[in-house]
Amino acid sequence: MSEMEEGRVLPQSVQQSAAAYAVIREQFRGAVSDFDANETMPFFEVLETEKWPEIALFMRDHPKLKFNYMACLSGVDYPAEEQLGIVCNLESIGEFPHRIAVKVKCPREGGSIPTAAYVWHTANWHEREAYDMFGMQFTNHPDHRRILCPEDWEGFPLRKDYRVQESYHGIKVPY
Amino acid sequence: MGLLDAGISKHNVVITSVDNVLNWARLSSLWPMGFGLACCAIEMMATNASNYDLERFGIFPRSSPRQSDLMIVAGTVTMKMAERVVRLYEQMPEPRYVLSMGSCSNCGGPYWEHGYHVLKGVDRVIPVDVYVPGCPPRPESLIGGLMKVQELIRMEQIGLSRADALRKLAEKSIDPQPVIDAERQAARA
Repeated sequence: MSEMEEGRVLPQSVQQSAAAYAVIREQFRGAVSDFDANETMPFFEVLETEKWPEIALFMRDHPKLKFNYMACLSGVDYPAEEQLGIVCNLESIGEFPHRIAVKVKCPREGGSIPTAAYVWHTANWHEREAYDMFGMQFTNHPDHRRILCPEDWEGFPLRKDYRVQESYHGIKVPY
Repeated sequence: MGLLDAGISKHNVVITSVDNVLNWARLSSLWPMGFGLACCAIEMMATNASNYDLERFGIFPRSSPRQSDLMIVAGTVTMKMAERVVRLYEQMPEPRYVLSMGSCSNCGGPYWEHGYHVLKGVDRVIPVDVYVPGCPPRPESLIGGLMKVQELIRMEQIGLSRADALRKLAEKSIDPQPVIDAERQAARA
């Protein structure tokens, strides 16, 4: 919100996202971070990871928010902070023009994030892909398996420190 | 030289070896297995379709490995698919041929360094007879590759191993440049 105080006029789309964020902030206070009003994709972060399903459900069902559509869920690796995270792009189709991204983080080794698959069914396969590529666990996920790599694949390919395995079922993997 | 080039129209009798007749029959009805893995498959389908019309060579995709003579590996072979490719290859009756189509199945293509999920060349899991370069190869290239398979079949004999047939083929190979030059000269004239 600091940009607004400095007198910079935010584009209308960011203002809409900021208004939606204000509703979430009022409900969850310290569980969510400050609003980042970047024009590409305004976002906030969930600081108390275990509250994520509650926040997700609130965002979907609150009459002023109605984030009824999860456009994307991506995984991110933050090696410097020893963390893994997800970024959820949420929209409200047919209800409101606002959109917002939510970031949720967990520790890099043995970390877990509660699932949002019961809130948006889209999250089911997207969370499986994030797990497949980065290795964070999604607690209470209805079908927690790898989705693209083979079941017995070693390691998580999109981590920054990933090294490919030498052989898979007797087939040489590197060039 | 193919059987039909021998001028059989003048007399109704032709004398040839069993090998020749068998080879002629086999190379004139190469049935590839109908499966494609990536963008090369689109080019393969275009080659099958009416513009390039593979059926004029008797090449016509089959839906079962048990009815196929030829496997065209058209596209990126992932590690997950590699085991399936081996299984399909093993289900094909002998004599069987493998044509590797495009850079991905030749050597991993653009995925050679960072593609953790891609098999770096289908020849790591099954023996390949003909490699067609390209990304993807044009239909003309694929037809060229299929002609190479036909050349290989033409060299085969009962009791002769694939390696020996390839050796015979290598001995018979000629430098194409003089042929191309002669053709160009004739076209100009």
